[in-house]
Amino acid sequence: MTSTQGELPPSHTPIIEVTDLGKAYGSVLALRGVTTTVRAGEVTCVLGDNGAGKSTFIKILAGAHQHSEGTYAVDGVPQQMTSPRDALALGIATVFQDLAVVPLMPVWRNFFLGSEPRKGLGPFKVLDVDLMKRTTKDELAAMGIDLRDVDQPIGTLSGGERQCVAIARAVHFGARVLILDEPTAALGVKQSGVVLRYIAAARERGLGVVFITHNPHHAWPVGDRFLLLRRGRSIGDHAKSEITREELVTLMAGGAELDALSHELERDPVTAGSITTELGADPVTSAGRAGD
Amino acid sequence: MTATTAPPPTSAVDERSAPTGRLTRVLRRPEVGAAVAALAILVFFTVVSEQFLTPSGVGTWLNSASRFGIMAVAVAMLMIGGEFDLSAGAMTGATGLLVGVATTGYGLNVWVSVLLALVVALGIGALNGVLVVRTGLPSFIVTLGTFFVLQGIDLALVKLVYGQVAVQGFAEVPFVDSIRPVFGGSLSVFGASIAVSVLWFLAFTALATFVLLRTRAGNWVFAVGGAQASARATGVPVARTKIGLFMTTAVAGWLVGMISLFQSSTVQSSTGVGDEFIYIICAVVGGCLLTGGFGSAVGAALGALIYGMTRQGVVYAGWDSNWLYAFLGVMLLAAVLVNNWVRTRAERM
Repeated sequence: MTSTQGELPPSHTPIIEVTDLGKAYGSVLALRGVTTTVRAGEVTCVLGDNGAGKSTFIKILAGAHQHSEGTYAVDGVPQQMTSPRDALALGIATVFQDLAVVPLMPVWRNFFLGSEPRKGLGPFKVLDVDLMKRTTKDELAAMGIDLRDVDQPIGTLSGGERQCVAIARAVHFGARVLILDEPTAALGVKQSGVVLRYIAAARERGLGVVFITHNPHHAWPVGDRFLLLRRGRSIGDHAKSEITREELVTLMAGGAELDALSHELERDPVTAGSITTELGADPVTSAGRAGD
Repeated sequence: MTATTAPPPTSAVDERSAPTGRLTRVLRRPEVGAAVAALAILVFFTVVSEQFLTPSGVGTWLNSASRFGIMAVAVAMLMIGGEFDLSAGAMTGATGLLVGVATTGYGLNVWVSVLLALVVALGIGALNGVLVVRTGLPSFIVTLGTFFVLQGIDLALVKLVYGQVAVQGFAEVPFVDSIRPVFGGSLSVFGASIAVSVLWFLAFTALATFVLLRTRAGNWVFAVGGAQASARATGVPVARTKIGLFMTTAVAGWLVGMISLFQSSTVQSSTGVGDEFIYIICAVVGGCLLTGGFGSAVGAALGALIYGMTRQGVVYAGWDSNWLYAFLGVMLLAAVLVNNWVRTRAERM
């Protein structure tokens, strides 16, 4: 919260800039021609159906996979990352869908799991419990989460709150860019709203956010830039000013499915996400599976 | 940032949830059920038997509880870490036999033998751990294998040396009295003869509690048992943590093996066989989940106390001692049910 990135104008040098990024697994081209940017204080949404190449794309950003075409530059310097640690060292943290939390452990223990602060000397080092609890509470408060009790098992939190703890944890450990892998996919409407607000909060704190989703209605309210993937190809990279919500939905759903989709959406915007998935899944699966 | 922050995302505190009550906080502790049960059993046997709460009675059941308790605490830590050790019982016999055979059979110095047994125990524990971590097989199977190997060696080795299945003449081994107070001694407290093993039990429980709740290693134990993939993803050294737990259990087995040996001056080939389940029962009665990630050392110690009290209480009450097993089974089932109820309650609120 004290970082200075928040004061940078959004148009500053992008933290992440990918150009014509591509990835081949053997002879299968999982991803081709992806160009986009992630800037401090902006949310770059990556939209696409199952098999569109979203997973491949974020694995490259997260350092888990290496790209085989194009460039991946961080702060203007081209990178060839070999492990997620490389990405983390550059301040790029990924919050995967399973969140890497231990449900039965208290929130504060989960927050510091694997990087526990200690006090004391030599073999008598003990956990700095006060610091851990206080920091957890403060970091969550900074994200706008007011936990009544950081001692409760993290499994007792709602899905949205758990997402937010994982996000706050990544921020605390020095993330400048957060990659969120379908954080709203498993959530209900209200919980999705909670997570979207935290994405906005992270953006306001000056972080760059890569928000992966298949739901244009989740992407639109928080996104500053929209990268659309289809069958492993980029079918567009637009700033919010260059595209309308309707165009975004059209691009996501694709021609024929649109009528049925918008029909459903008008009646019940609640289930839009799942409908999009079902409609879009079939034509894509065969070609783009490798990317998933 | 105060100026630029988005409107605090609507308070994440769900309006449906009341503040955590004190009762819920207490119920969330894994050892609560065992504490209540231990108290009930103490009262029960005090009422039905005159001997139970006499100094000598207390000394007897505390000694019994301590030998099972040291193991139960170690096994509880292992279970919190998501693994079982079925060789834990046989380990107490094997280490005792090793010392007995080495000293009486081969004339090795008793101190050296005790240390040798510790090294062997550490080796077997490490082997269990490495096998489980490397192969990814369930520890239930791996340690079942170790258990049978140990049991077989115990029988064959002792028969080879003595032609029978018990160590003889350990009390006459040179320097044996120099080491006896450490493992087999006793202290007089308020007229009661309290075995040194009770002190080991208390110290071990305290140490385990401290490690589990206040050290990084303890945090890792809960994490590897609760969600191994998450633990790995956050950088917890899963393999090291699990191997350490198996080695801890083995050291506890060695300690209990030494205590039995020096208390009774003899070991039989069958010593400890079958006890592995009692350790697991004590741990479960003490609130450990069979699925890992939840439990406490104090709970397991209370579970062992329940076992020790019942074991002696049944005798003092003049009943057939076989009732103990029926009682154990009932306790186990009741504990699992209570644990489930408490846990779902604690998780839901």
